[in-house]
Amino acid sequence: MDLSIAAFLTQDGVTNGAIYALLALALVLVFTVTRIIWIPSGEFVAYATLTLAGLQLGKPPGTIGLLVGVAIVAAAVETIATARRGEWRRLPRRLAAWLGIPLAVAAIVWWAAPLALPLAVQVALTLAAVTTLGPLLYRIVYQPIADASVLVLLIVSVALHFALTGLGLWFFGAEGSRTPAFTDASFQTGQLTFSAQALLVVAASAILIGALYLFFGRMLYGKALRATAVNRIGARLVGISPSFAGALTFALASLLCAFCGVLIGPITTVYYDSGFLISLKGFVGAIIGGLVSYPLAAAGAVLVGLLEAFSSFWASAFKEVIVFTVIIPVLLWRSLTTHHHEEDE
Amino acid sequence: MLVFVVALLAVPIVAPPFWVTLGNYIGLYSIVALGLVLLTGVAGQTSFGQAAFVGLGAYTTAYLTTRYGASPWLTLPVGLALTLVVALGLGFITLRMQGHYLPLATIAWGISLYFLFGNLEWLGGHTGMTGIPSLSLAGFDLKDERHFYVLIWGITLAALWATRNLLDSRPGRALRALKGGLEMAEAFGVNGARLKIIAFVYAALLACISGWLYAHLQRFINPTPFDLRQGIEYLFMAVVGGAGSVWGAIIGATLITVLKQMLQDVLPGILGRAGNFEIVVFGVLMILLLQFARNGVWPFVARLLPRRRPAPVPDAPPLPTRERTHDATRPLLEVKGARKAFGGLVAVNDLTFDIRNGEILGLIGPNGAGKSTTFALISGALPLTAGAILFRGESIGSHEPYKIARLGIGRTFQHVRLLPQMSVLDNVALGAYLRGTAGVARSALRLDRDEEARTRAVAAAQIARVGLGEHTFDDAGSLPLGKQRIVEIARALAADPSLLLLDEPAAGLRYLEKQALADLLRSLQREGMTILLVEHDMEFVMGLTDRLIVMDFGEKLAEGPPEAIQRDPLVVEAYLGGVA
Repeated sequence: MDLSIAAFLTQDGVTNGAIYALLALALVLVFTVTRIIWIPSGEFVAYATLTLAGLQLGKPPGTIGLLVGVAIVAAAVETIATARRGEWRRLPRRLAAWLGIPLAVAAIVWWAAPLALPLAVQVALTLAAVTTLGPLLYRIVYQPIADASVLVLLIVSVALHFALTGLGLWFFGAEGSRTPAFTDASFQTGQLTFSAQALLVVAASAILIGALYLFFGRMLYGKALRATAVNRIGARLVGISPSFAGALTFALASLLCAFCGVLIGPITTVYYDSGFLISLKGFVGAIIGGLVSYPLAAAGAVLVGLLEAFSSFWASAFKEVIVFTVIIPVLLWRSLTTHHHEEDE
Repeated sequence: MLVFVVALLAVPIVAPPFWVTLGNYIGLYSIVALGLVLLTGVAGQTSFGQAAFVGLGAYTTAYLTTRYGASPWLTLPVGLALTLVVALGLGFITLRMQGHYLPLATIAWGISLYFLFGNLEWLGGHTGMTGIPSLSLAGFDLKDERHFYVLIWGITLAALWATRNLLDSRPGRALRALKGGLEMAEAFGVNGARLKIIAFVYAALLACISGWLYAHLQRFINPTPFDLRQGIEYLFMAVVGGAGSVWGAIIGATLITVLKQMLQDVLPGILGRAGNFEIVVFGVLMILLLQFARNGVWPFVARLLPRRRPAPVPDAPPLPTRERTHDATRPLLEVKGARKAFGGLVAVNDLTFDIRNGEILGLIGPNGAGKSTTFALISGALPLTAGAILFRGESIGSHEPYKIARLGIGRTFQHVRLLPQMSVLDNVALGAYLRGTAGVARSALRLDRDEEARTRAVAAAQIARVGLGEHTFDDAGSLPLGKQRIVEIARALAADPSLLLLDEPAAGLRYLEKQALADLLRSLQREGMTILLVEHDMEFVMGLTDRLIVMDFGEKLAEGPPEAIQRDPLVVEAYLGGVA
């Protein structure tokens, strides 16, 4: 291996790592606020790529049908919950939120699909569609059992992953898609070549991470989510609704996943079931951060990306084996350094 | 039970081959699900990687029989040994941490092993391995599926029997306490981390056996049936059937297998295209189940069956008690300059006092005085910052709770820590954990009955001693709070302690209950028990104790008989905020 290959692999690894880092942040965010280990995050990544690919081809993406279906179920669940508590007056507002907004988003995407709009607009539509899906699924699947143990929530996550993979096949079909690169430019420094695409991905990730930092540090909603993460009951006592915090978290996390999908689309061909492996790589990064530390999770994710790039060079057949076996020494290290012995829930 | 076995036996004789095949798979899946009942339903840990252990068993035998012509009966122990090593390693790494690391690690391990199977040329890669020999038993070749059916279900029933035995035994009680009662169980000598690893290894070994059977049934293997998706389905089986009961494993395996078969036949017809629609149905069903019936199908079935009467407590000689040789000139427990600091906050500051043999000593003080911290220091729940605590002259200041329990110090909890779903008898028997020796293997094979009878006799005797004999077989959670506190005392007594630590035993009790408690403690004292009482309730303490220690702001304020303490101006000031 010479320097240029090493440089190429590093570039490749950092690019992928930056994408996994976004995912790892989403996973840490969801876990700290809601205690949910969000296995289905990968499906959101895949949906985003496939949505953008659909828009590129000028046909309405499968996300529209999915969004409409999920919104109807969410509206039904919300109506039943409202009826049980006899809060009929609040129903119109709730239906507007749970049914109106998703239907509006779906309608706009459907209307815009054949128009061959510029890439930036299509990306925005993709982000909107996939982000809307997050809170809806939280409402249907997780909110009714928000107080369950981490383990029950995890099993539910796996079940949801199952269902979403199957639905992905139904709505998007079995063909894989790849979205065109945002830019073909590349530039040379010495004997090293940098692709603008890679730089764009890393920059986009960095900007998003910075935005998250500002959101959590400076904005009231961000602070509310942090408070919920630290102490759920305390946050509730000062007037932060846990369901609102959950829905907001899922919106944010879905947005991050959608970004991942958009960024990963030009790098690799994505199928309806590709998301799982991608999300698990984010998980390996997140676990390096103990599922609670954002900077460590992001660093871990970059490490995963590098590891993947270099192992695909040396032993490409065993790429996945190597990436997922790394979790064992990481866990061993965490197990030996963690003295915190908490009563299991 | 009888109906079940007869129905089982009838399948290979009367049913068409399709049902025999289905029955074979149900048996194979049941074996894996049984392990998950123990691991997930009972011990509260989750694994998505069981399919990988099945694969380990299958690939070990496939490789050794096809490559080296080894006898399948020899490859089984090899596979089990391999599984043991892997499960021990994974368990050691993950089970010391919080519950969600094990499932995540098993996901990663499940995927790694799948890709490993698929990419290793010498294991046949993604195309797999063929030509695996069939099993023969005592010269009889089990080529026919009907014959194999007998073997599979023989092993399934044996696994069911062993798992049931295990749950109804000394380690079983401890396993059942892991979910929601870990701290309590550890105070009675249960090593939680070790038991969790045992449960994980047990489940992995069952999965390995299932894989070994699978390889010789199919006589062809490839990586697909051992991927993560199958691992998840195994967990679904256990949860759907009802992971709290061994029967849940059989029901779950049957339901999921039959349902999957039906969905694969029916759904493409309805939906008009081919695809993996059964996973959507499975996912949705699973979500609904966990939202509305978290304990699975079995509780609904169990309600229809007649409730089994509890087995009467056998008339067995009690377990051996510890020798009580004590140097009468020395106090039983000595606290010397004990100090506990949480960062900058000193909760207990150079506290020194003794507990004399045979006395009832009260530790009182206003809120925040450091009583509970002192209690935690003596019981080993918190480590000392400085100073020493000696029990019979032996330093216990740095001991783990279970070592302190082993030396003969029994405790109760300020907030009642009983296992509400278990009977009073089982709860109290858990207190005698350290007095028994029966391990997992002995219990699973039912060789522990003599010791178990003696343990139950001890538990029943302690329940009678505290006056709750009529509630022996009731669920502990069904008793009122006052009686639950008494059950806690019976559990502590079952450990055969010479010092009893009671943390606010009278809190939340009504007047008559308090009187009954005081009578009980006095009668225990007459029988030679030494008691340390941390209490809030002045009236209760004044009438009962021989001596009192008063704490305030982490320090000892006064010490002496109750009458003297009541007149002590310092104590009055601490409680009433100064005398005008």
